[in-house]
Amino acid sequence: MEKLEVRNVSLAFGDHQVLRNVSLHLHEGELVCLLGVSGGGKTTLFNVISGLLRPDEGQVFLDGEEVTGQPGHVSYMLQKDLLLPYRTIQDNVALPLMLRGMSKKEARAQAVALFPQFGLEGTEKKWPGQLSGGMRQRAALLRTYLFSHNVALLDEPFSALDTLTKRSVHQWYLKVMDEIRLSTLFITHDIDEAILLSDRIYLLMDGSIGEEIVVQEPRPRHVDFNLTQEFLAYKRRIMAALHAQG
Amino acid sequence: MGVVVLLVVWQLVCVSGLVPSYMLPSPVQVVTAFVSDAPALGEHLLITLQEAALGLCIGVAVGFVFAVAMDAFDILYKIFYPILVITQTIPTVAIAPLLVLWFGYEMTPKVILVVLVTFFPVAVGLLDGFRGVDPDAVGLLRSMGAGRWQIFRYLKCPWALPQFFSGLRIAAAYSIVGAVISEWLGGFGGLGVYMTRVKKAFAFDKMFAVIFLISILSLALMALVGWLERRCMPYRRVDEKTRRKKP
Repeated sequence: MEKLEVRNVSLAFGDHQVLRNVSLHLHEGELVCLLGVSGGGKTTLFNVISGLLRPDEGQVFLDGEEVTGQPGHVSYMLQKDLLLPYRTIQDNVALPLMLRGMSKKEARAQAVALFPQFGLEGTEKKWPGQLSGGMRQRAALLRTYLFSHNVALLDEPFSALDTLTKRSVHQWYLKVMDEIRLSTLFITHDIDEAILLSDRIYLLMDGSIGEEIVVQEPRPRHVDFNLTQEFLAYKRRIMAALHAQG
Repeated sequence: MGVVVLLVVWQLVCVSGLVPSYMLPSPVQVVTAFVSDAPALGEHLLITLQEAALGLCIGVAVGFVFAVAMDAFDILYKIFYPILVITQTIPTVAIAPLLVLWFGYEMTPKVILVVLVTFFPVAVGLLDGFRGVDPDAVGLLRSMGAGRWQIFRYLKCPWALPQFFSGLRIAAAYSIVGAVISEWLGGFGGLGVYMTRVKKAFAFDKMFAVIFLISILSLALMALVGWLERRCMPYRRVDEKTRRKKP
């Protein structure tokens, strides 16, 4: 059974057809990337998957159960971490559990138990304003994880970080993801990042899936992978596909 | 510091005899008047404080209700916002005598006037706060299955706290001034009534004493709001500290 499946989703805003017959799937433990230019419908697709938007046609399945148009099943994480400045880190992370009706005490206990795994120990009672950008992203990821049945939807999560920080966050993310059996669908417009991290890459162009590329290289990939011929071959293929469209 | 310099200059001007003391009493004379008239001032002060506090509490409650309703229903926003603004363009001194005519010389017209001048800054502050909530944050909470009430409780309310307190600070200052003006235009007690009496007696020193008292009272009330603000938003202090550290 697929962790997440999107089946023939189409959506228009007025005359503007944003998504055309989009189908994709995500296995357990897989990291899949949606790559495409800005305004290509990537974020709209995430809103459909998280249930904020109901598609005109098509369905969304989570663990085989239909969740089309129902919020409250999968959450997502954006480039901005959206930690609420007036809640401590532990209360930020526990918030989705509290929204489900769990008591504050229980929600906190569940959240705090995962802090060491995410490298967040010691930050429980701090305010978001006291943490660095990288740490805030970790907290935001933990919040998403606590909520979402081991599925993470990430919308350009690392694009605000500088190159060096980004690289170390990538390594960290891949490690944690394997530990907690997290399945990830993430959006980026950074081709290098897509090839470095993904098992598979969907090219989303003009609202439809143009091509699906499987990256054969086993994970975790060496930091020098992006200097190899294989890497360049993937990159060439993606750029050719994007150019053919644009 | 500036206040101290001002007081010293003032005292020197009076002592040097540039201005006759019946026109401008020296700070020392003002303090003397203040001390000698303290019991009477205290009684009037209590009345004014009662009116201001009661009016402020009701004003905040009314402001809150208006802000929540106008935020929840766009149609109410469109209907009421212009009306709210118009109420603020009417000068206080023009409404106060009317209120006295309608509600008599007792406490009611004073409290109503204080409500009228205090609910507006609170309502506008809160409304701006509610409307300034990051739409992405709303989307995030919705994706987590939050309903309207939960979004209000966990997102909008705390998000609007800083603007609420800015409004409350202004409202607190207005509340004292509003009560005094209202008493001035008709009443049996309060600092405003005291002012009209000492004015008729040309007791300039007492006049200044009561002006000082009103200023101090407003400042104290604003300090109280500031204290409350820090209590309610401990994270703001942290934010400020980290911001100051960064160049």
